[in-house]
Amino acid sequence: MTKPLTSTSRAGGVGESPVRPDGPLKVKGEFAYSSDLWIDGMLWGATLRSPHPRARITGVDIGPALAIAGVRAVLTHADVPGDKFYGIDQRDQPVLAIDEVRYQGEPVALVAADHPEAARRALNSIEVHYEVLEPIFDAHKALFDPTSEHVHPGTNLVRHQPVRQGDPDDPAVRAQCAVVIARDYEVGIQDQAFLGPESGLAIPSEDGGIELYVATQWLHNDLAQIAPCLRLPQEKVRMTMAGVGGAFGGREDLSMQIHVAMLALHTGKPVKMVYHREESFFGHVHRHPAVMHYEHGASADGKLVFVKAQIALDGGGFASTTPAVVANAASLGVGPYEVPHVKIDAYGAYTNNPPCGAMRGFGAVQACFAYESQMDAVAEALGMSPWRLRQINAVSEGSTLPTGQVIDSPVPLSEMLDDLVAMPLPPSEEFDLRRMPGGVSNTTHGEGVRRGVGYGVGIKNICFSEGFDDYSTARVRLEMIGGEPAALVHTAAAEVGQGLVTLKAQIARTELGIERVTIAPADSRVGNAGSSSASRQSYMTGGAVKEACAAVRQRVIELAGAPADAQLVGGKVVTALGEVVAQLADVLGDTAIEETREYRHRPTERMNPLTGQGNSHVQFALCVHRAVVDVDVELGLVRVVELAAVQDVGKIMNLLSLEGQIHGGTAQGLGLAVMEEIQVANGKVLNPSFTDYLIPTILDMPPMRLKILENADPHAPYGLRGAGEPPTLSSTPAIVAAIRQATGLALKRVPIRPEHLTGTLAS
Amino acid sequence: MDFLRPQTWPEALARKAERPAAVPIAGGTDVMVEVNFDRRRPEALLDLTRIPELTGWERDERAIRIGANVTYTRVIEELGAELPGLAMASRTVGSPQIRNRGTIAGNLGAASPAGDAHPILLALGASVEAESVRGTRLIPAVEFYVGVKRHSLAPDELIRAVHVPLSPGPQQFSKIGTRNAMVIAVCSFALALDVPARRVGTGIGSAAPTPRRAVAAEDYVSGALPWESRDPIPDGVGARFGELVAQTASPIDDVRGSAAYRRHALAVLARRNLAWAWKEYQCA
Ligand SMILES: Cc1cc2nc3c(=O)[nH]c(=O)nc-3n(C[C@H](O)[C@H](O)[C@H](O)COP(=O)(O)OP(=O)(O)OC[C@H]3O[C@@H](n4cnc5c(N)ncnc54)[C@H](O)[C@@H]3O)c2cc1C
Repeated sequence: MTKPLTSTSRAGGVGESPVRPDGPLKVKGEFAYSSDLWIDGMLWGATLRSPHPRARITGVDIGPALAIAGVRAVLTHADVPGDKFYGIDQRDQPVLAIDEVRYQGEPVALVAADHPEAARRALNSIEVHYEVLEPIFDAHKALFDPTSEHVHPGTNLVRHQPVRQGDPDDPAVRAQCAVVIARDYEVGIQDQAFLGPESGLAIPSEDGGIELYVATQWLHNDLAQIAPCLRLPQEKVRMTMAGVGGAFGGREDLSMQIHVAMLALHTGKPVKMVYHREESFFGHVHRHPAVMHYEHGASADGKLVFVKAQIALDGGGFASTTPAVVANAASLGVGPYEVPHVKIDAYGAYTNNPPCGAMRGFGAVQACFAYESQMDAVAEALGMSPWRLRQINAVSEGSTLPTGQVIDSPVPLSEMLDDLVAMPLPPSEEFDLRRMPGGVSNTTHGEGVRRGVGYGVGIKNICFSEGFDDYSTARVRLEMIGGEPAALVHTAAAEVGQGLVTLKAQIARTELGIERVTIAPADSRVGNAGSSSASRQSYMTGGAVKEACAAVRQRVIELAGAPADAQLVGGKVVTALGEVVAQLADVLGDTAIEETREYRHRPTERMNPLTGQGNSHVQFALCVHRAVVDVDVELGLVRVVELAAVQDVGKIMNLLSLEGQIHGGTAQGLGLAVMEEIQVANGKVLNPSFTDYLIPTILDMPPMRLKILENADPHAPYGLRGAGEPPTLSSTPAIVAAIRQATGLALKRVPIRPEHLTGTLAS
Repeated sequence: MDFLRPQTWPEALARKAERPAAVPIAGGTDVMVEVNFDRRRPEALLDLTRIPELTGWERDERAIRIGANVTYTRVIEELGAELPGLAMASRTVGSPQIRNRGTIAGNLGAASPAGDAHPILLALGASVEAESVRGTRLIPAVEFYVGVKRHSLAPDELIRAVHVPLSPGPQQFSKIGTRNAMVIAVCSFALALDVPARRVGTGIGSAAPTPRRAVAAEDYVSGALPWESRDPIPDGVGARFGELVAQTASPIDDVRGSAAYRRHALAVLARRNLAWAWKEYQCA
């Protein structure tokens, strides 16, 4: 069988940029992704999905499918062994549809067959009778029109989270404003667009349990949802991480996990399931589309007086992570600015649109597009430069957010903007078709091209918020192998491409003063690591590895009889003054020292349901972007010429990985600004493929100028600040601002299409 | 699904005659996508990649005959100077990987209204050399495209080559996409000046059920250009030309773009292509 990756490497401690162990394999096409899993004698699983966004199921006939040669099982909701529902936050999602479907692509039945082709034929032979219903696809109506039908009994509201501070409606407050700007904004549905389709392998085991190899972001949360549906104790569901081909939030919810396990338990054979590309677009949640109304008031000297906002996020057919997405949009809804009077109402809706949940930026992205657009509009109305207006209102350490939370670590926004503005603008270049909007498609030789510059600022919470018991677990074992001290680091944390396997080894090297570190495959034989999301793994699993190493080190020091403040350096036990006390080889001998530690960040609180008040977040991370664009204003084509960013990461753990995160996050923000959208009509997806869901290519993503700051967060391990998400927030509004400057258009929706720039939208 | 691998051209023609439902495969960049997406399950694939006769190109004084298996990369590298318009179009196709495999004949075989080779083939008056066991015929490009993804090959015919006239005059091709590379055309436009004949040829892509010429626009602009004096294009001629091109299109609203945008963009592209080609003519 294709084995999960164990990697042993030797070089590079914290702060260095060792080559990632999965890097060469991935570049050469040799890395085993979950879709490459294989075991002799396995069956192929497949999923029958609803073609309708909303329908009642009046009958399912599996007979014709079962009659097909090579078909081993056809299962419906009646075959779910245990709980019929699962869900990451609320258990509201049926494992297989029961009597009703709530989104296009909802799984209705499963097939296992000897060959994928037989499975496919069987799917086509299952007869499902639908009574098609009119889909509920307008989130605003679903929330606020009392005559709207309901997606789930009695409600279309997943969560309403208000934030109240001061009183923006007080006439005395309004009287302080020299300008008031009220505008509507819209964000389309963005997809994570990971390349590795949902896939996994389930192998039934002799004790009636199951071995499950899947690519996921959070093994233990999967486990907690899977086991009850299979009616198995958690110990009997043994999960191992398979190679993850990208995630970006899209693997936080379950996809095929329960299904493949059901098929394997039912047939008693190993079963593999791989979604095909189109299916993948229906197989995971997307970024919530948003409809937002914002009103900003500012005094003549540029101080924000009030912000009012209504943010409606469309979660689609099921809750997924909508409640937490709503909380982010609400708590971070004004951005990193000091605002005395705030009234925010963020809503998450059920509709029959595609289900939405976690995606990089998680609720903060949508709000950021709106509040940054508002900041530009306010600046323009006051005749002020956009970055100056932001500086005037910027938060700093000690500032209070509208939730009442005081920021108690460095957030040097004003200085970051100074740095950004001081960066040189791209020099003027000689004519080269590749650098024109449209590139070698040869649409302009300079005709209609205008340049624009724009700025964007974003604030993202790091780690899980609102009182969640957020922790990670690490087991570290130190022993002599082949005459050399070696550490084995074991966690359940998902390597989703961000470089966590590299980082864990760096931390072990630094903490244990050794070179050779092996990273064991992530699996459920070690404790919960939490999700690879919310930019939290360097902080949380990094923190857990650090603590487990410290515990191992403590024991070595005790064994060596060294003073308590001794350290491990270069394979030796060394006193604080640098005297060698012992060789690790002598201290360890044949024994292995193993320690497991759980690491928790400081506790947070739920937002008050009426006022939004509370210390709901752990850590705040900022990124600021400047975008330079060329727009062919006649054709509405855009080329982003340069993106510059300043980000404060507290501590650079691995510069190469970090730059990759900033580049990648920025590119994803670029995608949202100018091309990435799942287009939906009447609840149906129009472009479920990479032919028509466009993501930026290397010719769309320009070179970046980066400045990375290291103002340590005293509460975090090594002082680090989560870094993966913030760049995704601010690049979008920066690019949009630059396009606005080039075109003079208001542009209230992302992604911006050529039609928006040329006044040629379909009627 | 049978996989037929003829080694010679006569053998390929014989196989196609025996099994007209066999689907030819060259680079496979269209065929394999359709098979993978389960949109097509042909009873047989007829692999043409082993046939030496299809891999070359040759020139006489009037045209270049491009063998069916010549890839976009080769058009760019080997024919860029003589067929600049086709090379421009080839550069806009997919990614390097696709250009290394994809062929002009495959583009014709797929006959997608969005295929990037079509507009310039129309503008240049190219023709398709179709052959079967019954014989050979030349199908002018204007007659080749008969409907959405439909062409005028008989079931037993294969494309042997494409004949592209060596046009004595500047050529241009432009393609609109919503990203700067690797994108299916929202709409596209090609233009070729036939200087000795004092004619402008055009081709419109992705804005009608088939690629098509803008004949009224060609007639208008051919008569309106100061061919002899090589003076600048008179005021209003470019805009009128663009209007006529846009009117010839019959675009639809779809996920890639609106009909209104396609018309608008075609008018702009036509005007710009004319200006670039004319400037080149003036400087020649
Ligand atoms: C990622 C990607 C990007 C793409 N980008 C573009 C793009 O930008 N622009 C564009 O125009 N196209 C694009 N395409 C489509 C495709 O690459 C082109 O249409 C290409 O020209 C097809 O050539 P091929 O040799 O691969 O054809 P194949 O897939 O082998 O065949 C295509 C069709 O032609 C028929 N055929 C092939 N050879 C013959 C022959 N000798 N006689 C008769 N019929 C024949 C086949 O039966 C089939 O119907 C893209 C495809 C992919 C996968």
